[in-house]
Amino acid sequence: MLIASALSALLALALLGVLAGGEMWRHRVVYFCCGLASLVLLAGGLKHLGTTPGTGPEVVLPIGLPWMQAHFRLDNLSALFMVVVNLSTAAASFYGIGYCSHLPEPRRVTPFFPLFLFGMNAVLIADDAFMFLVSWEFMSLASWLLVLADHKKPENRSAAMIYLMMATFGTFCLLTCFGLLAGAEGGYSFPAMRKATLDSTAGFLVVALALLGAGSKAGLVPLHAWLPLAHPAAPSHVSALMSGVMTKVALYGLIRILFDLHGQVPWGWGPAIMVIGGVTAVLGVLYAVLQDDLKTLLAYSTVENIGVVMIGLGLAIAFKGSGENMLAALALVAGLYHIVNHSIFKTLLFLSAGAVITATGHRDLGRLGGLLKRMPWTGAATLVGAAAIAALPPLNGFVSEWLIFQSLFKGPSLPHWAMKFGVPVVGAMLALAAALAAACFVRAFGIAFLGRPRSREAAEAHQLPYSMRLPMAALAALCIVLGAMPVTVTDALSGVVFPLTGVHFAVSSDLGWPWLSPVSSTRGSYSGTVLVMVGLGLFAVTILLVHGFGTTRVRRADAWDCGHPEDIPESQYTGQSFAQPLRRVFCSSLFGARETVRMPEPGDMAPASLKVRLIDPIWVYLYLGIGRVVDFIADRVNRMQFLTVRRYLLMMFATLVFMLLVVAVRQQK
Amino acid sequence: MNSLLSQIAQIFLVVALAPLITGWVRLVKSRLNGRIGASPLQPYRDIYRLLQKEAVVAHSASWVFRAAPYVTFAAVWLAAAIIPTFTTDIVLAPAADLIALVALLAVARFWTALAGMDVGTSFGGLGASREMMIASLAEPAMLMVSFSLSLISGTTSPAHIIGFILGGGIGIEVSMGLALAALVMVAIAENGRIPIDNPATHLELTMVHEAMVLEYSGRHLALMEGAGMVRLTLFMALIGGIFAPWGIATPGAGTAGLALGLGGFLAKCFVLATALAVFETMIAKMRVFRYADFLGGALLLGLLATIFLYVSEAV
Repeated sequence: MLIASALSALLALALLGVLAGGEMWRHRVVYFCCGLASLVLLAGGLKHLGTTPGTGPEVVLPIGLPWMQAHFRLDNLSALFMVVVNLSTAAASFYGIGYCSHLPEPRRVTPFFPLFLFGMNAVLIADDAFMFLVSWEFMSLASWLLVLADHKKPENRSAAMIYLMMATFGTFCLLTCFGLLAGAEGGYSFPAMRKATLDSTAGFLVVALALLGAGSKAGLVPLHAWLPLAHPAAPSHVSALMSGVMTKVALYGLIRILFDLHGQVPWGWGPAIMVIGGVTAVLGVLYAVLQDDLKTLLAYSTVENIGVVMIGLGLAIAFKGSGENMLAALALVAGLYHIVNHSIFKTLLFLSAGAVITATGHRDLGRLGGLLKRMPWTGAATLVGAAAIAALPPLNGFVSEWLIFQSLFKGPSLPHWAMKFGVPVVGAMLALAAALAAACFVRAFGIAFLGRPRSREAAEAHQLPYSMRLPMAALAALCIVLGAMPVTVTDALSGVVFPLTGVHFAVSSDLGWPWLSPVSSTRGSYSGTVLVMVGLGLFAVTILLVHGFGTTRVRRADAWDCGHPEDIPESQYTGQSFAQPLRRVFCSSLFGARETVRMPEPGDMAPASLKVRLIDPIWVYLYLGIGRVVDFIADRVNRMQFLTVRRYLLMMFATLVFMLLVVAVRQQK
Repeated sequence: MNSLLSQIAQIFLVVALAPLITGWVRLVKSRLNGRIGASPLQPYRDIYRLLQKEAVVAHSASWVFRAAPYVTFAAVWLAAAIIPTFTTDIVLAPAADLIALVALLAVARFWTALAGMDVGTSFGGLGASREMMIASLAEPAMLMVSFSLSLISGTTSPAHIIGFILGGGIGIEVSMGLALAALVMVAIAENGRIPIDNPATHLELTMVHEAMVLEYSGRHLALMEGAGMVRLTLFMALIGGIFAPWGIATPGAGTAGLALGLGGFLAKCFVLATALAVFETMIAKMRVFRYADFLGGALLLGLLATIFLYVSEAV
């Protein structure tokens, strides 16, 4: 009931947003109410998450197709994602109160923002394919309008166009997928789909189409191409939601189909999905580490994290398909934990990117620097977010990566050779992605927030209003809490995975509360709580020892820099120079990275230059290739447009004869 | 109760012992170079001297620069606290496993690299950038070593791995050899030893770790140097514990067992330190972009170590 009223409130707010016009306080009211509605939905999700797993309450509304009503249901999986979604939307809405006045045209954002929130929440509680797809489209189109908010820039318009095309493709795949799930009788409600049995061809197609449909929204390589274009084009609080939350809604769709509606995915899909996940993770983070645009960097890092989650989901499918339900539950808990974590720190980082853009007007790393001193709150929160996404203990990102590694290490226990040889390779990819993510965020934080300012605007950056700082602080605090108390989270998640795997799973098996010990206590364990306490203790002892034995005097002086300090900030490392070793090691064959240095002759006054050339293989070989094929076919088909009526009739006749022949042959069998 | 006492003893043992091991490596290297060399106790004096000096902090430095030495040292110290040295019966053994160990070392690296970038000098950025490139290969290599060890022994906890090997769980395995080779290569890179990095260099273009801590002085420098020494001890405990676990005390060992474990640990450290000094004297430093071959090799060895397990099973 509460959830229904909150959702209707969001629809009403969209109307209010239209009426807000040029008055800034009205926009602020809309954002504030959006935040309240999100908090209500968050409370609803949390409340349901606490109850025992079951089918959940059902609501049927007499809307939608005439012969079919709209079904909604809140079960544990929906409730978990509702928590994930609304945690971030609440933060982004409250952030919007202060942020909306800095947008070029707030009128183009405020009305669609509540619609976007509504769409995402409606996908989660839809209980039939029709409502699911309608809400999915609602979410896609609302976010498309938000991507177009700053429509005067040509790159935003082309990003929106590509996004629209990919969204259409994704929905088309999902539509076909649900069509197969519904079967010939057309049972479009989810309970009917669960009961239906699929033959092996249909089952195969359902998984493939779900991967294409939901995967294109989530940003799986090679369907990620739109994501780093569209996510950064939107206003930052919307980018935060698109990257942090909308990709999670896509993963919800995938989990719902693969683990719940389909139910019997054969194990062989597991290694396939894991390899897709591993490739997505490594490529995503390699792209990210090369980016100079703060928001594009974050968008590519989303691609990486989706890959990490997919490794967990793939493992869960391999385990479940082989009858190892306990391990499947572990892998699924690990994947879901990472979904929760990523939504929190990615929202935080995008909000902080928005803060940086608001304060300096720049999003290019080459023009930032030294912001930690000018914006201490934002800087500290970003540091927590960067450490969390780099999977450093004791923060939350580490716990989920640890769980994924633990379940990965059990992968070779399956009797399939594909798993025995494939899992170590995927493990190496995951490890590589984790290490590169650390490099990526050392670079991003170090260049933007540390060092000396690289532009006048960065040197004069100003503090932001509390409405923008508090949501970031809250999200940073959550990163710490979810990392320091992992068992509390995994216990909540085990209720979610019970209906999907059929086992009651306790991640803290025999050691008790603060110890995370999947499988058994001798198998390997981790305790964020204990590590935090002992770490803080050792930190205190270090300070006491150093200050006890030595002096506490500090003198401020010029930087030493090996004896030849340069006054100009351009002498610092830039984002590109920081990435150079990584580019040379990892990207010279993968992306065809080439550097050309031009050194003018002595006496020549021309500046020296260093040019870097990179080729995005997926864009060049896949997308442009498809484009060329489409062009080629269009050229050929173009001739058909100018035929005489006689020829058109002939063609229709020929088609009819052909179809009849097909029917005749099939009936012969 | 015993495990708590052992834990506290170990925490202070690693810190007390670390400068001695570094001093020993330096002494052996000097002798091999034909110099007399400083006493192995010299690092203690150096650290004490640095603690007495005032810390000079650049005008452009933020709080990250001043916090980083403490965080780095505490993270490395915490990592050293969970690796069994003289006994496997320590309270913190279940708090973190090999994966968490890799991550704790990553915490130290993260902060050191940020500190390098904080002052806004070209050398700091250079060091941070190279360090992260090295780590991007060394860290996965170490995780692959953990993977193969966990497949062999069924656990990722170092204490249980040692217990498993002591219990005669395995004979001589190809995989163990490959894992050892990979781990040694990672240890060389993580500790900034030759051929990856030269701890004694101040030649600008070859610096990695030194470049990041270039701006530090006084107690901050003492902590950064101390963290390096503890890290070296930690890797010796890890390599010595897993690949030569003999002598280490197990739960239920008496005083004699603990004394034997302690003696064994000291002996292992000095053997490994001497081997390190000999190795460093024999080999030249690599060019920066050859690191990728070296560490990529370590990563592949780690991967082969896991895959060889099944090859040998199948044959």
